[in-house]
Amino acid sequence: MKKNNQRQGLITAGIVIVLLAVLVLLDNAAWVPPMLLTVLRKGVIYALVAVSMNLLNGFTGLFSLGQAGFMLLGAYSYAVLTIPVENQTAIYQQFKNGGLHFSITESLTNVMGEFGTLIGVIICLIIAGAVAALFAYLIGLPVLRLKSDYLAIATLGFAEILRALVQFEKLGPVTNGSNLLYGFTSFSNFQIGTLHLGTVMPFLFSGACIWIVVLLINSTYGRAFKAIRDDEVAAEAMGINLAKHKRMSFVISSFFAGISGGLLAMYQASVQAVTFKSAMTYEILLIVVIGGIGSITGSILASFLFVGCSEWWLRFLDNTTVVSLNGKIASVIVICVAIVGVVALIFWRNRKKAFADKRNTIFLTLIVGAVLLAGQIKFAISSSLQLPLLRSGFRMVIFSIVIMIMVLFFSKGIMGDRELPDLLQKRRNAKAAKASKGGDAQ
Amino acid sequence: MSRILPYLLSGISVGGQYALISIGYTMVYGILRLINFAHGDIFTVAGLLMVYAAATMPLYISAPLVIILTIILGVLVEKVAYKPLRTAPRMSVMISAIGMSYLLQNTMWYLTGGLAKKYPTLPWISDKINVGGTTTSRVTLITPFLTVILVIFLVMLIKKTKIGMAMRAASRDFETAQLMGVKVDSVVSFTFIVGSGLAAVGSMLYFTNYATVTPVVGAMPGLKAFVAAVFGGIGSIPGAVIGGFIIGICESFIKGASWTTFSDAFTFGLLIVILGVKPTGLFGESLTEKV
Amino acid sequence: MKKFFALVLALTMALSLAACGESGGAAAGSAGGKGSSGKTLKIGVFEPASGDNGAGGKQEVLGIQYAQSLTPTVDINGETYNVELKVVDNQSTTDKAVSAAQELVSAGVSVVLGSYGSGCSIAAAPIFGSAQIPAVGCSCTNPAVTAANPYYFRVCYIDPFQGPVMANFAKDQFQAKKTYVLTMLGEDYGSNLATFYEQEFKDKLGGEYKAESFPEGTSDFSAYIQNAVAYGADVIFAPSATTYASLIISQAAKAGCKIPILAGDTWESSVILDAQKGSDLQVFCSTFFDENDKSGTAATFVKGFKEWLNADKQRLTDNGGNDIVAAVSALSFDAYNTAIEAIKIANSTKGSDIQQAMFKVDFDAVTGHITIDPDTGDANKGTAYIKQADNGAFKFIKTQSVAE
Repeated sequence: MKKNNQRQGLITAGIVIVLLAVLVLLDNAAWVPPMLLTVLRKGVIYALVAVSMNLLNGFTGLFSLGQAGFMLLGAYSYAVLTIPVENQTAIYQQFKNGGLHFSITESLTNVMGEFGTLIGVIICLIIAGAVAALFAYLIGLPVLRLKSDYLAIATLGFAEILRALVQFEKLGPVTNGSNLLYGFTSFSNFQIGTLHLGTVMPFLFSGACIWIVVLLINSTYGRAFKAIRDDEVAAEAMGINLAKHKRMSFVISSFFAGISGGLLAMYQASVQAVTFKSAMTYEILLIVVIGGIGSITGSILASFLFVGCSEWWLRFLDNTTVVSLNGKIASVIVICVAIVGVVALIFWRNRKKAFADKRNTIFLTLIVGAVLLAGQIKFAISSSLQLPLLRSGFRMVIFSIVIMIMVLFFSKGIMGDRELPDLLQKRRNAKAAKASKGGDAQ
Repeated sequence: MSRILPYLLSGISVGGQYALISIGYTMVYGILRLINFAHGDIFTVAGLLMVYAAATMPLYISAPLVIILTIILGVLVEKVAYKPLRTAPRMSVMISAIGMSYLLQNTMWYLTGGLAKKYPTLPWISDKINVGGTTTSRVTLITPFLTVILVIFLVMLIKKTKIGMAMRAASRDFETAQLMGVKVDSVVSFTFIVGSGLAAVGSMLYFTNYATVTPVVGAMPGLKAFVAAVFGGIGSIPGAVIGGFIIGICESFIKGASWTTFSDAFTFGLLIVILGVKPTGLFGESLTEKV
Repeated sequence: MKKFFALVLALTMALSLAACGESGGAAAGSAGGKGSSGKTLKIGVFEPASGDNGAGGKQEVLGIQYAQSLTPTVDINGETYNVELKVVDNQSTTDKAVSAAQELVSAGVSVVLGSYGSGCSIAAAPIFGSAQIPAVGCSCTNPAVTAANPYYFRVCYIDPFQGPVMANFAKDQFQAKKTYVLTMLGEDYGSNLATFYEQEFKDKLGGEYKAESFPEGTSDFSAYIQNAVAYGADVIFAPSATTYASLIISQAAKAGCKIPILAGDTWESSVILDAQKGSDLQVFCSTFFDENDKSGTAATFVKGFKEWLNADKQRLTDNGGNDIVAAVSALSFDAYNTAIEAIKIANSTKGSDIQQAMFKVDFDAVTGHITIDPDTGDANKGTAYIKQADNGAFKFIKTQSVAE
């Protein structure tokens, strides 16, 4: 058994090293589309915040919608602490003598060089998380006594209050009020000589945090969280201190949300409070749902998928015209495949129902599908390159329809509440079982 | 008095609109235990429909048409997004509601290009009038009265009619009501009809006063209306209305007192206080939590 | 089985979409290459088409498209390059701006124009800077846009000039002693401009002010207008996005408020005209150029641009449903020409060469003579035009400068 564990550890370490090497390569190769790096960076940051939300919503059963507020705190704490002193007068132009007049990363860089920058960033990220956690603790005192929907609304409200607080004029000398903060240490600062490390670093930070969450979930505390999720009364009867564990889960989740906020600030290279709206929380929630509530790997996969779709793959839907015939044919094919896919899906869902029950659904689906297909075919044979329907904003419509389909038809998400290693394990076990069965037969 | 009156007037007007929206929340929550996040967006869609409808047809056709279309949309949302999840855990239903809200907002964004649309001027109710030395529009005065009339009508409906009785039964115990022969599906549909209809009326009053429609304009009033519903006691229609007025008036006075930065924060602060002190709200009955 | 089916479906979709995106991009490149005789030079247009600043962003895109229709090619080293515009939507928010800017960098543009709304420009500046792509701001007035980045330039004046201009106007025109300042909480443009206004008004002109801000999504402004009246303000200074501007104006008119309302450049928009129409409220804004200026370049531009707008219904809609020439369109027209001038001087499509050439630009543009300040990268501009919204049209009031 011990040997087996050792082997697994080695395999994991190998995978991690290979992954990091690939990332370094991607970061420095000229042929890599910059969009890929964008998706990787943003994806891994969203993965962390999605995992932190999953810890709360999926593993502890507390339906909280305050994630954007804690990210905001983290982003601002990080930014305020790392803006170089010389930039502070320019950035805080509205507030005489604004800014902190010191910068952790800058001071450490002066003392220890590039290594100091790294240490400084880590310290600031931890402070970012700690600030978010502190506020979470205070907010948790009244809020965590509430049940499901009320908790959701109250946390949503607190996120809005936090945003108002950051934008508050009187706090301007620290937060710069309504203005952006920029010029702080960001991913592009991670560079050794000519070797760019802007994509590896977020993976390292995020990966370390997610690893801690995984360890936590597999610990006694994690089992207590799950017990609370499954049945509060039973959990309490088993001697689990509800208030303590809920608070703990809330604070830890906010801590990591704060760190991911700091990372997001680094990714964007500027922060402004208006971007941390409830819409951001909803996006993260949808990632968690798509990935599967209660699955860490699901959340990670889903955030790459989500960011990839919204930032990259679906972007062509926002263009009004395709420039060439190839593009036109490709878009027609894609849309037709999508239509046929959705129709087939609805049929598949209804396959076990009696015909009388599903008659309306079937007719409606067929008619809508046929109309859409006819529209595509008409477009395909017409000479126009002006795509029908496509214009700015269409991407988000398609995107939200896909999400609704996910929510309605696959409410378990990609992974359900399982993890990727479990799935692989299961397949291996099944194979082994099959093999041994075969052996028996002989 | 002359200093306070304008704030009071604006507070009552805003409060009336919160009240109309919050009825939709409170009724749906009362029966399905679901925060219909899409309700604020349905309110916005009603505003947008009016913009397009009024551009092509006269008002006496477009106004009823908008109300009917909004009702259809409300029922459609229920059938598509909530009905299939009747037996699913509450979190999934709520996520579905958030997804629906996301979809509606994005669709409106797509249709309008994310730009503000100017709401048509409705004759008579947007005329200027003078009250005690303060100029305001007629709709400001009409809103509270119309709200109260609609609420009395609605309360009568719930107390006296058969469908009203079915609604009360469903909100008391959804499953038992079903066992007793109440057609819960039609009760739920009816709830959405009433809620969406009131949202459409509310949107007309609201946008007559604040004549710009943007895709996200309904989100904040929606959340505040929900707070109003909680404040008044979820499930209680008079409670929701009184909650709406109180929040509207308080907000207006906060703005008057130059605490504008925290006027939104106040609403949520109120929610947390009321949930801490009296979780059932002002008029709510204490029901056992449904699991 | 169901799960497997779903997974296959999702994968097919993802892959085909990715493939489509790729092939679309590749096809675009090759089509541009062989489509016509010369080579292609890409200019990125980084503007909001949606969100709070969408209306203004669309007007800027129009100005750029018009400029491109007049100057569709540029000669570099004796070769003729066709200019191709790559328009992206930054959705008026700083977080979306980052990916939009990234997309322009991926598309391999030589120069970027935009954005309306300084926040997006500030957020995107490091991306353009590290990719060594020079960017020319059209109407982003925040000094921070160009301050930190040698690759960002602009053709308009800046807030430390615009704010005091409006303060001086309030003083000169209305002998104002008290100003009520109203901005949106969390919006950088308004709060910045307001600060410069307040500083000038209080410190230099000896007036006093009361500043308030409203939360995003506010619809009811009657309480704020009441506050202004109660304060006894002589003027209201309310720089904000046009979405809120129309609400502020219409509710001030409804409340019978007689206090003149002043604002910055964003208010020069047909939305404001619609809101003011039919009331006797005085609404003023500062702007970058005067449409009815009869001398030389500006007059030609206005005439040509109107014809171009009227030639296409979509263009008219994007312009706000009429053919009133917005100052931002003139600025973006100038920004395009500034970029073309710089490319000609640089004689190269390389970003760093064009960046160096920017400082040598010197020509007569629609909004005045353009030369670039070697320290800041801003155009040297010293005049603002004050216009009044007057029953459906903007009336030129005066050119205003700052009292020394």
